[in-house]
Amino acid sequence: MSKGPFKLERAGLLQLLQALKTQGYLTLGPTVREGAIVYDELHRLEDLPIGYTDHQEGGSYRLEQRGDGAMFGYNVGPHSWKRFMHPPILRLFRARQANGDLEFESEGEAAPKYAFIGVRACELQAIRVQDRVFLGGPYQDPHYKARREQVFIVAVNCTQAGHTCFCASVESGPRAQTGFDLALTEVVDGEHSYFVGEVGSEAGARLLDRVAHRAAQEAEWNQALALVDRAARQMRHLDTQGLKERLYQSLEHPRWQVVANRCLSCGNCTQVCPTCFCTSVEDHTDLAGQVAERTRRWDSCFTADFSYLHGGSVRVSTLARYRQWLTHKLASWQDQFGLLGCVGCGRCITWCPVGIDLTEEVAAMNDVQTGRFAPKEAGGAHV
Amino acid sequence: MPSKPRKPTLAVWKFASCDGCQLSLLDCEDELLAVAGAVQNAHFLEASSTVMPGPYDLSLVEGSITTPHDALRIQAIRKNSRFLVTIGACATAGGIQALRNFADVEEFTRIVYARPEYIQTLKHSTPISAHVLVDFELRGCPVSKAQLLEVISAFLHKRKPAIPQHSVCLECKARGTVCVMVAQGIPCLGPVTQAGCGAICPAYQRGCYGCFGPQENPNTVALSAWWTQLGVDEAAQQRAFRTYNAGASAFSKEAERHG
Repeated sequence: MSKGPFKLERAGLLQLLQALKTQGYLTLGPTVREGAIVYDELHRLEDLPIGYTDHQEGGSYRLEQRGDGAMFGYNVGPHSWKRFMHPPILRLFRARQANGDLEFESEGEAAPKYAFIGVRACELQAIRVQDRVFLGGPYQDPHYKARREQVFIVAVNCTQAGHTCFCASVESGPRAQTGFDLALTEVVDGEHSYFVGEVGSEAGARLLDRVAHRAAQEAEWNQALALVDRAARQMRHLDTQGLKERLYQSLEHPRWQVVANRCLSCGNCTQVCPTCFCTSVEDHTDLAGQVAERTRRWDSCFTADFSYLHGGSVRVSTLARYRQWLTHKLASWQDQFGLLGCVGCGRCITWCPVGIDLTEEVAAMNDVQTGRFAPKEAGGAHV
Repeated sequence: MPSKPRKPTLAVWKFASCDGCQLSLLDCEDELLAVAGAVQNAHFLEASSTVMPGPYDLSLVEGSITTPHDALRIQAIRKNSRFLVTIGACATAGGIQALRNFADVEEFTRIVYARPEYIQTLKHSTPISAHVLVDFELRGCPVSKAQLLEVISAFLHKRKPAIPQHSVCLECKARGTVCVMVAQGIPCLGPVTQAGCGAICPAYQRGCYGCFGPQENPNTVALSAWWTQLGVDEAAQQRAFRTYNAGASAFSKEAERHG
């Protein structure tokens, strides 16, 4: 895997897509549907959002024409790769009564072999976060693992930032550093574009061998880096300095009630978040009482059912639910998993139906410190 | 030889309603035989004119209470039912006919009927739960076939029905539908409405109409403020909250704010 930076024309990208299909991958990537750029199956290059970009603000997303032929000239949309590796609805097992016994059938389908094309740097970080959540502890999620182990990742760097992006603040982007098989940067020239890329794995190197390409010249490489660097300078900001401590000290801050008055507790932020992983399990029986099945589905800390313990929900108010989500994502996630739960993709800002912006909420907690809670330090002493 | 265990008896009752919810049961197609196999159909006039006397193990009640006669009839049904489950927006919130609650029903009868003095009707259309104890309320206009089967199956097997009370948004996201309000500026009641329909309307590029009534923690005031920014005027906002679930507390209060 000693390959240096390479240059790929569009014909090479098509060969890459075809080579992945030949190897049995279901090729998934960005495509235009229902007024947005979503992730779905890519059959040909024309399925890509050629010439499209998006304008994003809190609670608003609009597709726009770029006026050129860029294939990856947009920022992340409503979908994330989590829906493929951690499906929204999954049957875990089915049991039937037979001769007085219970016969169990587990989820029998072989995990699909996915190739993700157009993974952004923030999304690579989101995959790392979910790897930590699902595979990093003593209990691994077999469903996630089966999908994750087979994934082939073609990252594509962002050369522009969306209005709700802040990956640079949480150091997850905009340049893909690790966690990909191949990483590309698109250099657009009018209706045409080419790609400057780097290899991230043996599998990536092997695939590249099957595709027409040449070594990138230094000027081409530098130009690609400059484009990505430009994106880094366009973003909004989240101050991560002492973030965990600040939030722990702000648990009684009056701002929580202000945001709770706006929050719909609809759960959209958690569903579009590429790292939120919470699920609930439901049991169903058929009418005859012969077959029972257990299904796992995405849930959200914004629903009452999710925090229902015996006797009732432990988070009845919207304030408690929003505070749980934000402090978990940005603070207690660090204690639990050793990293931030936020990757700076901005989806929760854009896809909040009323435009609540977590960077704004965190900034508002900075001015007055009225908290009275201090977490235990590692040594057990109260601070 | 021991006799076969008796099948639980099912009764279906109609009050002020369009029959759409009880027809959802007949519309079960593939599952209809399973329903017929699992329960003894004891009183279901849309399906059979054969009527068995009560008591009944499970009563499904459709429709709202709008007449003095019906207010008495529901008491008798409750007394004759082990479990009573309401099905649909009429039975759980008063239905579209609860629009009378915000007007003068006598004026309506004068306009509609040649001899209004023959009409005995109540000033308000009220849900079944305003009159008797209800064991479970199934939402929807009409109810979802899958949820109806789930509830019947849950009561037959003495388990909790898996009927979520969260917003429609979670169903849109699960099926991968792009949010119509965020991406197209279409006013949508999904964030304040209970799931259950499978998020049908947004999948066809329409905003949610709120057929399943308020979700468990609806913030209609904040949603309405956003709708105002989207350019929805006061009259349109009032109409949006005054449809099939006009009588549901959260929706009727919000509609009043736009009066």
